[in-house]
Amino acid sequence: MDISYAIMGAGIGAGLAAIGAGIGIGKIGGSAMEGIARQPEASGKIQGAMLIIAALIEVAALFALVICLLISFLK
Amino acid sequence: MSVFSTFLRRIPVLCALFIFIFSVARGQHGEPAQAIEEEAEVEAKFDASEVILHHVMDDHVWHLFDGHSGTIFLPVIVYSPEKGLDVFSSHHFYNDHHQQVEYNGYKLDGHHIALTSTGEHVLDLSITKNVAMLLINAVLLVVIVLSVANGYRKNSGKAPKGIQSFFEPVILFIRDEVVKPNIGRQYEKFLPYLLTLFFFILFGNLLGLLPGAGNLTGNIAVTLVLAVLTFIITNINGNKGYWSHIFWTPGLPWWMRFVILPVEIIGIFTKPISLTVRLFVAITAGHIVILALIALTFIFGSIWVGVGSSILVLFISLIELLVAGIQAYVFTLFTALYIGMAIADHEHHDDHH
Repeated sequence: MDISYAIMGAGIGAGLAAIGAGIGIGKIGGSAMEGIARQPEASGKIQGAMLIIAALIEVAALFALVICLLISFLK
Repeated sequence: MSVFSTFLRRIPVLCALFIFIFSVARGQHGEPAQAIEEEAEVEAKFDASEVILHHVMDDHVWHLFDGHSGTIFLPVIVYSPEKGLDVFSSHHFYNDHHQQVEYNGYKLDGHHIALTSTGEHVLDLSITKNVAMLLINAVLLVVIVLSVANGYRKNSGKAPKGIQSFFEPVILFIRDEVVKPNIGRQYEKFLPYLLTLFFFILFGNLLGLLPGAGNLTGNIAVTLVLAVLTFIITNINGNKGYWSHIFWTPGLPWWMRFVILPVEIIGIFTKPISLTVRLFVAITAGHIVILALIALTFIFGSIWVGVGSSILVLFISLIELLVAGIQAYVFTLFTALYIGMAIADHEHHDDHH
């Protein structure tokens, strides 16, 4: 099999990882918006918690990104 | 007074300008790779992946800026049973045409140093870029924390002044929001370790974002050591309840406890592994994204792409500042959680057999 298939797979994998991160952070953002809409005085705490959880989800997507990068650097 | 307050209001704009200039300045780093390859009369295109990997990984030579005065050749300290301890400057590994040569029986094999005679790797204890960054981080940490402590001692009972007024709220935040709720009664025993951990990771992340700096917390060896320290502290301080939950999980039929046992033992190890990989991936991936955006300028070779990519790099750098703080906080939070779970007193004895 050509190395080009591996690199194509790496590209597709990176795209799927971005989709996963987008869905995850989108759900967090959605619930955060709902929470702030219900209770505007709690918006500071909700924003803080949202940022931290977004960072955790982003790291999960970056796991996949790093592996795809490693694959794309194969010779 | 009014001039000063106008200046204070301009600070966010100045910060953005500062980061913008730095991102453009970082972009100029690709030049020496190109210039040197043209000297060697090879038709070399800009190899983005090589430049990015070189900036993210450790190295014996520290390129601060182009030109001969901008490179610092860090000392190489190797030990091998055949040749004993050897200390020399890494300058000897490169000749005048910037090609790698062997020196005194040692050669550079990829990024490792090997003996030329047998080709096996030697014990490499050199001061590489990451080690130098770690020492700078340690010195910065000691200076800042000692000055905060001095300020606290001098100003006790009065309002804090100077650098103490900047760091004291952060220290109190870690103590009151992260350590005390998660660890409980015995929090003072673990507070020094957790505060050191937080500030070490925070300063390491922020230092890694400066132009010309090494990638300190993006080195998996550094994060592995931090996670191993957490692992040691958690398991040494685990009380009887912690270990009995792992080896003889209560609340299950007796035969299932043998099935759960390997899962629980693996669970002891997945916690530090997740800490390691989380910090490493967050910081390294951030650096790779910034470097890839800067490399766009050199791939296209156009100045308008350069302007556009510098603006993008500005915004991504702001996100990276946020990620630096959040990853330090998350590492400390999870460490406090694990320590808290290990030393927790059991209140719910009623549902155990």
